[in-house]
Amino acid sequence: MRSSAAAEFLRKAAEKAADVAHRQTIRRNISSYDLSVGRGKLRFSDWEEARRRCAEIKWEAINHLDKYLLEFEQKVQARGGHVFWASNAEEARQYIEDLVTSRGVKLVVKAKSMVTEEIHLASALERRGVEVLETDLGEFIVQLRKEPPYHIVTPAMHLSRADISRLFREKLEGVTSDEPEELVAAARRALRKAFFAADVGITGANFLVADAGMIALTTNEGNARLCTALPRIHVAVAGIEKVIPRLADLALLWPTLATAGTGQHLTTYNTLIGGPRQPGEQDGPEEFHVILLDNGRTELLADPEQRDVLHCIRCGACLNACPVYRTVGGHTYATTYPGPIGSVLTPHLRGLEGWQHLSYASSLCGNCTSVCPVRIDLHHHLLHNRRNAVEKTRHGWLENVSFRAWRWTMMSSARFGFAGRVGRFAVRFVNKLGLSGTIIDPMRTWTRHRSLPEVPRESFRQLWRKRHGQR
Amino acid sequence: MATRIALFIPCFVDQITPQVGLDTARVLERVGCSVYFPSEQTCCGQPAFNTGHWDDARPLAERFVRVFADAETVVCPSGSCTAMVRNFYPELLASSPLRQDAIELGRRVFELSEFLVKVANVTDVEASFPHRVTFHDSCHALRELGIRNEPRELLKNVRGLELVEMPASEECCGFGGMFAVKFGAISASMGDSKAENVAATGAEYVASIDGSCLMHIEGVLRRRKDAARTIHLASVLAQEIQ
Repeated sequence: MRSSAAAEFLRKAAEKAADVAHRQTIRRNISSYDLSVGRGKLRFSDWEEARRRCAEIKWEAINHLDKYLLEFEQKVQARGGHVFWASNAEEARQYIEDLVTSRGVKLVVKAKSMVTEEIHLASALERRGVEVLETDLGEFIVQLRKEPPYHIVTPAMHLSRADISRLFREKLEGVTSDEPEELVAAARRALRKAFFAADVGITGANFLVADAGMIALTTNEGNARLCTALPRIHVAVAGIEKVIPRLADLALLWPTLATAGTGQHLTTYNTLIGGPRQPGEQDGPEEFHVILLDNGRTELLADPEQRDVLHCIRCGACLNACPVYRTVGGHTYATTYPGPIGSVLTPHLRGLEGWQHLSYASSLCGNCTSVCPVRIDLHHHLLHNRRNAVEKTRHGWLENVSFRAWRWTMMSSARFGFAGRVGRFAVRFVNKLGLSGTIIDPMRTWTRHRSLPEVPRESFRQLWRKRHGQR
Repeated sequence: MATRIALFIPCFVDQITPQVGLDTARVLERVGCSVYFPSEQTCCGQPAFNTGHWDDARPLAERFVRVFADAETVVCPSGSCTAMVRNFYPELLASSPLRQDAIELGRRVFELSEFLVKVANVTDVEASFPHRVTFHDSCHALRELGIRNEPRELLKNVRGLELVEMPASEECCGFGGMFAVKFGAISASMGDSKAENVAATGAEYVASIDGSCLMHIEGVLRRRKDAARTIHLASVLAQEIQ
């Protein structure tokens, strides 16, 4: 059954597929990404081996969540940090809303975090009268445009410098050109004030390091450091799958994340935070809260077929590699996580009934799987979602009947041969009448976008029989 | 070499591009194989499998395993259909009594270029095709079967053929089976990118080892009124030296 989300996806996809300016912007941005990642991989003595080892680290963590999450919690608590286990988005939001309300918070600064998008945190806080400012430059830009992020790593990938300059001239002071330095300076002026004024800094966590009891944060702009060092309270929100066993694992995970994400050797700022300011320390927040979010993840954990989806380190490589993402763009998905990982994950987070269309919106080319730094079997999981959609949801009856009829035909070579003759005759007939490509063409789903091949009078099996007899 | 080859002719090749099947047989015979066509074969089940209808795909997979049970070596002019048998049958038939047979059959099924280069150790099939040709890597051949060099090696030894690589030859053309009709606009836009990359080479022909990609690319090229045409690798290799 076609959901409203599916209808909207089809509409927006068709619009973007025909949007030449969009295609050019994305192509330009992704081809510079490709170049940089290509160079980045060469810095590894063996990139494939790095992928295998990263997958092993994540495998170990995901299959021992009970052990590593508890170890993490215990160490954070020992330093005076708070750990809250949220089973769903509602509980996570509630905890943070209660926190900011009880502390009389007016302004929150946020570092980029997809999981806070997943729980719709900013809008919930704004409803409570709290101002929320995104401090990652890309997030800051899309927030000014009142848009969700276009991409999980580069949220403003769909915008050109001219677009950003226009936006800044309208919303910020002191912008007169589209020189990158001037644009960045304008954003910095707006953000610096907020860092000092904010009571709460909210971040995600790229990794939860179990043996150290620390969260690991990665940014290119240093904004997460300011979010965590200046405000009185630091709240980190992380999916439970973010845990890794050992501090030593970062030696491989950090460069791999950076390389897959942007082609950098290491992301510019990497920070480890293990609790609030300790006695005798000069900086750091008075309060440190970590929210460990489940929100459907344990159900995914219970699925042996797709458990490896929890390996994801949100590097964005599969989005960049995906020809469908490049064609329809991030917003068309209308999900927190777009692209291949989003198409695989969203049915688990929001339900297969309404979100199965994303698993069908793929040519199954497999490029996502081949670039994934933690070797998630992405395109095969799209197949698994499709199978589950047919078995477990109200899937189009016409399609079900058609495949049943097709199977009946294909179960006999005589029926197949006969159906082929009829089909080929029909196609030739339609073409002869000049209907091909017109609105009443029965093959319109094909011919609307491309020409039909010329169809032969005789099939291979007919020709073969003529030449060779039965064998 | 006197390998006896059972031809696995994909259903759409059978019905829409029968010449590709005949050319496959011709090339195999030219390198010394004897070829037969088990005429009971129909479809490997991939269209249903990829669309999620595994219960409809399964009996076809079992049927396929039975039809080819006695075949020593099976050769198919399609990476996609070969991948279906070799890579996906074990999963599709996970609880079928024929699972082990399917796994063993998977080891005996080869895509044409893969068979020629890796099994028969032939890289020169003594063909002639004096044209400028670019090669499109089909996704299933490339990423499911790891076929990248085999078709190129064969093409390089074709007399008169000039092989020019296109930009992003490994990027999907946008066919994707039912995807092409369910998401026609996306598929066509991807096809457009492919056509632009083909045009950038000035090639007269786009060759590939998968006829389904070629059917889509050809449709896009014609719709754009581009000069380039598509040709299956088997049909290039079948052209004899005059």
